[in-house]
Amino acid sequence: MEKLNVLVVDDEPGICSGISRILSRYTVGFPFMDENIGFDVQETHTGEEAVTIIDVKVPDIILLDNKLPGMQGIEVLEYINKKNLDTVVLMITSYASLELAIKATNHGAHDFIPKPFTPQELKSAIESVTKHIFLRRMTRKLNKEGRQIRFQFLSVLSHELKAPLNAIEGYLRIMEERQAGNDLDGYNKIIERSLVRVRGMRNLIMDLLDLTRIESGKKKREVAPVNLTEIARMSIDTMGPISIQKDVKIHLDAPGEVIIEADREEMEIIFNNLLSNAIKYNIEGGRVDCLIKDEHGAVTVTVNDTGIGIPEEEIPKLFQEFVRIKSDKTKHISGSGLGLSIIKRLARLYKGEISVKSKPGVGSSFTVKFPNNSGT
Amino acid sequence: MDNKKKIILLVDDDEDYLFQTRMNIEQFGFRVVTAESQAEAEKLLETLKPDLAILDLMMEKDDSGFILAYKLKRKYPDVPVIIATAVTAETGMTFGVSTEEERKWIKADLYIEKGIRADQLHREIVKLLKL
Repeated sequence: MEKLNVLVVDDEPGICSGISRILSRYTVGFPFMDENIGFDVQETHTGEEAVTIIDVKVPDIILLDNKLPGMQGIEVLEYINKKNLDTVVLMITSYASLELAIKATNHGAHDFIPKPFTPQELKSAIESVTKHIFLRRMTRKLNKEGRQIRFQFLSVLSHELKAPLNAIEGYLRIMEERQAGNDLDGYNKIIERSLVRVRGMRNLIMDLLDLTRIESGKKKREVAPVNLTEIARMSIDTMGPISIQKDVKIHLDAPGEVIIEADREEMEIIFNNLLSNAIKYNIEGGRVDCLIKDEHGAVTVTVNDTGIGIPEEEIPKLFQEFVRIKSDKTKHISGSGLGLSIIKRLARLYKGEISVKSKPGVGSSFTVKFPNNSGT
Repeated sequence: MDNKKKIILLVDDDEDYLFQTRMNIEQFGFRVVTAESQAEAEKLLETLKPDLAILDLMMEKDDSGFILAYKLKRKYPDVPVIIATAVTAETGMTFGVSTEEERKWIKADLYIEKGIRADQLHREIVKLLKL
């Protein structure tokens, strides 16, 4: 069981031991927590001692009497406040003085416990403080993780954006210095590669826009009945040029109408990403099968290819942002590394999911499942 | 091909960097042999002894360059090795070969950040080849 450290600062030994006795048998639990939180109590009778103890290890909670023999409670509070220590202070006050209460609050006291108090009053004060501490911890943890993910995303992103710029800049330098002579024909490869990198960067930016739209939720989603078969046909049409280039045939196997409640543009993004992957990672002369099934309103979209496949150990990484499987076979295929992560996020908006089966050298099969018409 | 030209092995998984650097180095008057991966470079080194090697750091693995440098030095201790990366700009991690501690595990003679100017690279190569 997790335990919070409690320091009781009171010159009346009876109060100290009373608090110790109550709290040592008391635990606080929340429905959403795995286990209860208990308390380790330490007692001290003067403000000076309290400061010494705090200097060694900051307790989670301090129960602080104001009226102490030497250094007053409020001074201890000032000390904690000045050092900006991470602790929660509950003032124990024997007489209610408004002036003191204001001063204590200004110095960061969390709450007051009037003296004398019943065990129940003590417990409920401790319960509220424990919740406060727990929530504060969770918030901090989430903020930190969020920032961390954001930071990683941005640092990978800046690399992905810088790499094509560096390459293009390098090529322009070569041209500027006429390194391949004065004949423009000598620069064909340089121009071609620069254009490839420009295209790659544009695709990355388009994918990023898709991703941020999904993330921020700012784009107005228009959920209406859409016919997935029609969207599939359109997407196959869009893929025409790259499928011809690769000599990949796309087959559609779907009922004439599969209607789901969805945002049309989002469905287009899903189909375009699935199909373009199936073509890009295919072999010359390969085949892509797009299957749409409607089983009592639960719709599955499957795209099979006869491509290079994905090694099993790489599959868990597949849906992360900017992850591209590096191998000799994928080296010359351009991609932002965002497509699958976009599909995954979109599918989640529909309470759906994406799964993959793959065999290296044989092909891959991606399936997006949408549960019963859950378009919003 | 001029047999007297010094051979520089250039290993990098970025084909544009490879193309551009090769062009630069060829203009310095060297012969350039390229590899696009640690594996390809290892294969080349079975039959080829370059006069100098310039290795990228992060290829198939994050430490491909270090491993390649180690293997190359074991086979040809006298071949100078330059590790050229953008790792500091990208990850904030810094490596170098200026201290004894680092030289113990990074088997390279020089460590440069990518983006170095062609004439600087030329100077470093000349220095290491003792030309």
